Amino acid sequence: MYDFEFKPFDEMTPEDYARVGFMSGLEVHQQLLTDQKLFCRCPAGKYQKSYNAEILRHMRPTLSELGEYDGTALMEFKTKKDIIYRIHYDTVCTYEMDDTPPFQINEQALDIAIEVGMLYDAYIVDELHIARKQYLDGSIPTGFQRTAITSVGGRIPYKDRYINIIQMSIEEDSCRETSDVGHRRVYLTDRLGMPLIETVTYPEMKTPQEVAEVNQILRRLVRSTGRVRTGVGAGREDVNVSVTGGTRIEIKGVPSIKRIPLLTYNEAMRQWNLLRMRQSLANKGITPDTFKANFEDVTKIIKKTHFKPIADAIHNGFKVNCVKLDGFAGYLKWQTQTDTYFSKEISDRVRVIACLTTLPNIIHSDNISETLASAEWVALKKFMNVTADDALILVWGDDADALMGANEIIIRAREATIGIPSETRQAYPDGTNGFERILPGPERMYPDTDLPPKPITDERKKLIRARAPEQIWIRTQKYTKLGVPDDLLEELAVSRFAPSFELLIAEPFNLDPVFVASAIIQYPKRLRRRGLPIEKLTHDEFEKVFKLYSSGKILKDAVLIALDMFLRNGEIDESKLPSPCTDEEINIRVGMAMKQINHITLINPEKKYEIVMGIIMDDLRGRVDGKMVSEMVSSLLNSEMSNGR
Amino acid sequence: MEDKELFKGYSSITLDVMKKWGAFVWSDIDVETSEGSKYSGIILPRSETADKLHLVLKMATGYNIGIRADKISSIVIKGRKVANYKIPEKAFPYDKGKPRVKLFGTGGTIASRLDYRTGAVIPAFSPGELYGSVPELADYCNLETEKLYGVFSENMGPEQWIGTANAIAKEIEKGVKGIVIGHGTDTMHHTAAILSFMIQNSPVPIVMVGSQRSSDRPSSDAALNLIHAVKAAGESDIAEVMVCMFGPTSDSYGLLHRGTRVRKMHSSYRSTFRTIGDIPLAMIDRNKISPLRQDYKRRRTDNNFILAPYFEERVGMVYYYPNMMPDMIDSMIDSGYKGIVIAGTGLGHVNKPLYPALKRAKDKGVAVYMTVQTLWGYVQMYVYETGREMMDLGVVPTANMLPEVAYMKLCWALGQSSDLEKVKSIMLDPINGETTDREPSNGYLVYQGGIPEVEEFISKFRK
Repeated sequence: MYDFEFKPFDEMTPEDYARVGFMSGLEVHQQLLTDQKLFCRCPAGKYQKSYNAEILRHMRPTLSELGEYDGTALMEFKTKKDIIYRIHYDTVCTYEMDDTPPFQINEQALDIAIEVGMLYDAYIVDELHIARKQYLDGSIPTGFQRTAITSVGGRIPYKDRYINIIQMSIEEDSCRETSDVGHRRVYLTDRLGMPLIETVTYPEMKTPQEVAEVNQILRRLVRSTGRVRTGVGAGREDVNVSVTGGTRIEIKGVPSIKRIPLLTYNEAMRQWNLLRMRQSLANKGITPDTFKANFEDVTKIIKKTHFKPIADAIHNGFKVNCVKLDGFAGYLKWQTQTDTYFSKEISDRVRVIACLTTLPNIIHSDNISETLASAEWVALKKFMNVTADDALILVWGDDADALMGANEIIIRAREATIGIPSETRQAYPDGTNGFERILPGPERMYPDTDLPPKPITDERKKLIRARAPEQIWIRTQKYTKLGVPDDLLEELAVSRFAPSFELLIAEPFNLDPVFVASAIIQYPKRLRRRGLPIEKLTHDEFEKVFKLYSSGKILKDAVLIALDMFLRNGEIDESKLPSPCTDEEINIRVGMAMKQINHITLINPEKKYEIVMGIIMDDLRGRVDGKMVSEMVSSLLNSEMSNGR
Repeated sequence: MEDKELFKGYSSITLDVMKKWGAFVWSDIDVETSEGSKYSGIILPRSETADKLHLVLKMATGYNIGIRADKISSIVIKGRKVANYKIPEKAFPYDKGKPRVKLFGTGGTIASRLDYRTGAVIPAFSPGELYGSVPELADYCNLETEKLYGVFSENMGPEQWIGTANAIAKEIEKGVKGIVIGHGTDTMHHTAAILSFMIQNSPVPIVMVGSQRSSDRPSSDAALNLIHAVKAAGESDIAEVMVCMFGPTSDSYGLLHRGTRVRKMHSSYRSTFRTIGDIPLAMIDRNKISPLRQDYKRRRTDNNFILAPYFEERVGMVYYYPNMMPDMIDSMIDSGYKGIVIAGTGLGHVNKPLYPALKRAKDKGVAVYMTVQTLWGYVQMYVYETGREMMDLGVVPTANMLPEVAYMKLCWALGQSSDLEKVKSIMLDPINGETTDREPSNGYLVYQGGIPEVEEFISKFRK
C-alpha cells in the first residue's frame, strides 16, 4: 500500500494527496485588541526587549482532573530545564509571575471572543469554565495556560462545501522564547497574558493549498470585527496534518499563511516516508517485538579522536555513549522530508529531551565521512560487536545527558517500528519541520480552582449579536452585485468601514459604490504612506466627508484632502477645504494657462497637453473635476491645431 | 449508591433534568438544546457554591463547559467514565543510612487533588503518595507520615496546637531525627510561635512547611519546600522550631526562620515569610544548609526537652486605630477576657479616650500587653508622656515581640498562671528569641523599588 512515492512539491496533484489520505486541520490563534491583559490589568500589546529582573522556575508534572499524567508533562520534566523569566515592570505584574491569583476575566476580551463565535454560527456556551491547560515547557510561569471554551461548533463556507469548526476558546498568550541552550531556557514576558482566541477546525482540508486558503478566510473573518490585533505575531497558526496510517501531528507556530502549503506537504511526506520505512523494517523482520538495541560507554575507545565535537567533549570530561540498533544499517539515511533523513528525527529528540543543543549532537555509521577516522569506526564496530546489518549512533555529553541521549535514541528508533509518534513539531523556514515535544492530550486539562464558572447571559449574547459584523461571504456577495471591483472586494468585506460603505451608498446619500469603496479602501493606504496615523479614522470622519461631497460642498478630489486634514489637525475645517470652482473661474484659469503655454518654447511639443493640465490642476486641485478640465483643454488644443497654429 | 453521590452537587432544575433523562455524574452523554446546539461529553460533579442552573460537561478535548439545564431538550446516554483520581503511590524506599523523619499533617497542600464538592483542592498525604509525587524526598530521609488534622490554617486552634505539641513530644521520645509539620501558610507563624513555647529545648529540628501555590500546579512551591524541610529536619544541626519556606520567589533556595520571629508578609507571594527584626537562621537548598548565624540551639542526642502544652483561650488582640473608643476594650473586659494584646501605633501608643478602659482592665485583673503595629522596632513607652501614662495604667510593653507572637505567648502564659506578676515574668523572659536585646541594622530591610541602587541589586540577583 505504501508504493506511492512523493513527487517534488510543484508536481503533486490533488489526486496524489487523496492517494496518501492527506488530512489537515487548523488551530488559528488571534490576539484580541484590548487595552489590558486577560486576567490582570497590565497593558496589552506593549513589547520591549529590556527587562528589570529575572525569575527562575522549574516545572513539575501534576495530575489531570481525571487523575492522569500528561505525556508531554513527563517529557518536559525529564529535560530538567532551568526556566528564566525576564520581566519588565511596565508590562508584567505579580499575576503573570504566578505570585498573585487571577483577577476577573477581561470582559472586553470575552465580548470579542463571543462575537467571533457568532461569525462562525457557532453555539455560544451558557457558562464559561476556565481551565488550566498544562504547558511544562515554561512558556507560561504558572505551568498552565488559563483558557475557556466560548463556543462550540460552527462552520465557514469554502468552495462548494463547508469547513466545520470544533470549538473556539479564549486564552492567555504565552511568553516569547529568547533562547534555549542546554538546560537553560529564557523567556521574555511582555506578551504573556494578552487575550487570544483559538479557533480549531476539523481536519477537512484535503490539499496543502486548501489549508492556506481556509486559513486566509478564517483570518479575514476575525479581522472583519475590527477588534483584533494585526501585525507580526498577532495571528499565528498551528497546523495539524495526517496521512492514511499516520497520526495527527501538530506543526506549531507557523508565522505566515504563505508557508503553510510547503510545511504541510513536507509533513505529509515525512509521515508517508516513515510509514514506508516501517514497512521496509517489517519486511526485514524488525517489529516492535523483535526490535533490539543496546548502548555502551565508548569514551575510552575513541579518546584520541580528532573529530572536534567529540574530542572537545572528552576534553571537558564528558562521556561518549554508542548505541547499536540491530538491523538498522542504512535506515538512518532514509529520507523523511526534503533533504532530511531519519537521523534528524533522532538528533531532534536528543536535542530536546537530553538538552544536547549544540549540533551535531550525534554521529552515525550511515554517514561516516568527516567524522571519526576509519580505524576508529572499525574499533567501535568491533567493540560493539556489529554486523553489516546494524547501525551505530554516538552521543556525547555529561553523564546524565549522555545517558538520557542514548535512551532517547533507542526510544525513537523503536518508535519507527510502530508508526508515527504523536508529536508537536516546529516549522522551519525551509518548509521542513523538527521535533518540538510529545503531543499533549486531554489529560493536561484541569479546572481552574481560582475562578468560578461564569454564566454568559442571553442578554449579553443579544447585545453582542447586534454589534457583530455581517459575515464576509455575505458581504462579498452583496458588494459584487453592487459592482464593487474585484480588487477592492475582499478588502472591503473585511474592512471595519464596511458598515460606513453600506450607509453611504444607501438613502439619503446614494453615492456611487465604486467611488466610496475605493475611497474607503485606497485612501487610508495613501494616507498611511504619508506617515499619518490612520488608526484614528472612524466612521464619523467618512460620514462627515462624504456628506460634504454628496451635498456638493466639495468635489471628489477633496475627499482625500479632508481626511488628510483630519489626521493632521484632529478636525475637518470646512472653510479650509477647497470649494468647487465656478464655471467662470475655470474658464478664466484655462484661458490663462493656454496663454502661458503659448509664450513658452517647448522642447517636447507633443507633451503640451500634460503641461497645460499640470499648470491648471496645480492651482485648482480638489476644486474641479479633472475630467471636465481635461475635456476643455483637449478641445482647445484641437481647435488650435485645426486653426493651423 | 445514594442520590447525593449519583448527582453530586446538582439540585433544583438541573437535578430534575438529569433524573428525567436518567443521567448521572460521570455519564458519557450527547446533549441537544432547544437552540439546536449539540454537545458531547462526561457530566462532572458541580461545586456546591455554583448556581443551580447549569450542567457541567467535560468534552473530548478536555475542556469543560456549562449548559443551561432549562435549554436541554434531550440527553442520550452512551456510557459512564468515572474519574479515578489517584496520586500514583509507590512504596517509600527504606535506606538504613538515612535519618528517620516524621511528617505531621495538619492541613495545607503538599500533594493534593481536586475536591469536586467545593471545587477546591484537598491534600493527599501518605508516604507512598508523597513519594509518587516528590520522589526526591527519598534522597534525604526515611519518611513516616501521620495525619493529625485536615484543616485550613485559619481553623487551627488550641485543640490542634496542644495535640500537635503532644504528638511531637511523643516522636522525640521515640528518637526521631527530625520533625516536619505540613501547615497552611496563613497562620503558620502563629503555630510556629506557640510550638516554640510548648516544646522547649527540643533535641531535634522541628520544621514547619507549606506552600503558597497549591501542589496541583506545575509551578507549585510545594515540592521544593518539602524537599528543603525534610533535609532541614533530617540533616540540619539547628534544633529549633522553624519555618522553612521560599527565600526568593524563584525556585532556588529556602530560608529557615526562627519560629518566634517569622511572619507571613504577602497574601500570595512565594517568598512571603520573612524574619522580622533579625536575620533568618539559615539558607537551604537541595545540596546544602548554610547557617547565617551561630547562636542557634544545636541538635542533641538526649531527650531533655520540655513539653508545656498550656493555653488560655480568653485572650484577645486589638489592632489600635485612631478614633478607637473605649467600648472596644470594655467589651472584652465585660466578656471575661483575661488578657489583651494591643498592637499600638508607633512606639506603642493608643489615644487618651481609652485610658479609663485600660484602668478598668487593670482593676479587673486583665493582663494588657503592648506591641507595635509597625512590626519592626521596639515598644518604647518612656519616650512620650502617653507611654508613661499607659504604663501607670498597667499596660506592659513587650519590647520587640511581634504582635501575633505576643498574643500566642500571652495565651500560653495565662494558661499556666493567673498571677499577673508571674505572667509578666513569663512574658518578658524570652524562651527562644521572641524578644531580643538588640536589633541588628540588617534586621530591618524593606527595600524600596524604583531607587537606582535597589533596581541595580534586583537586576543582578534573581527575585
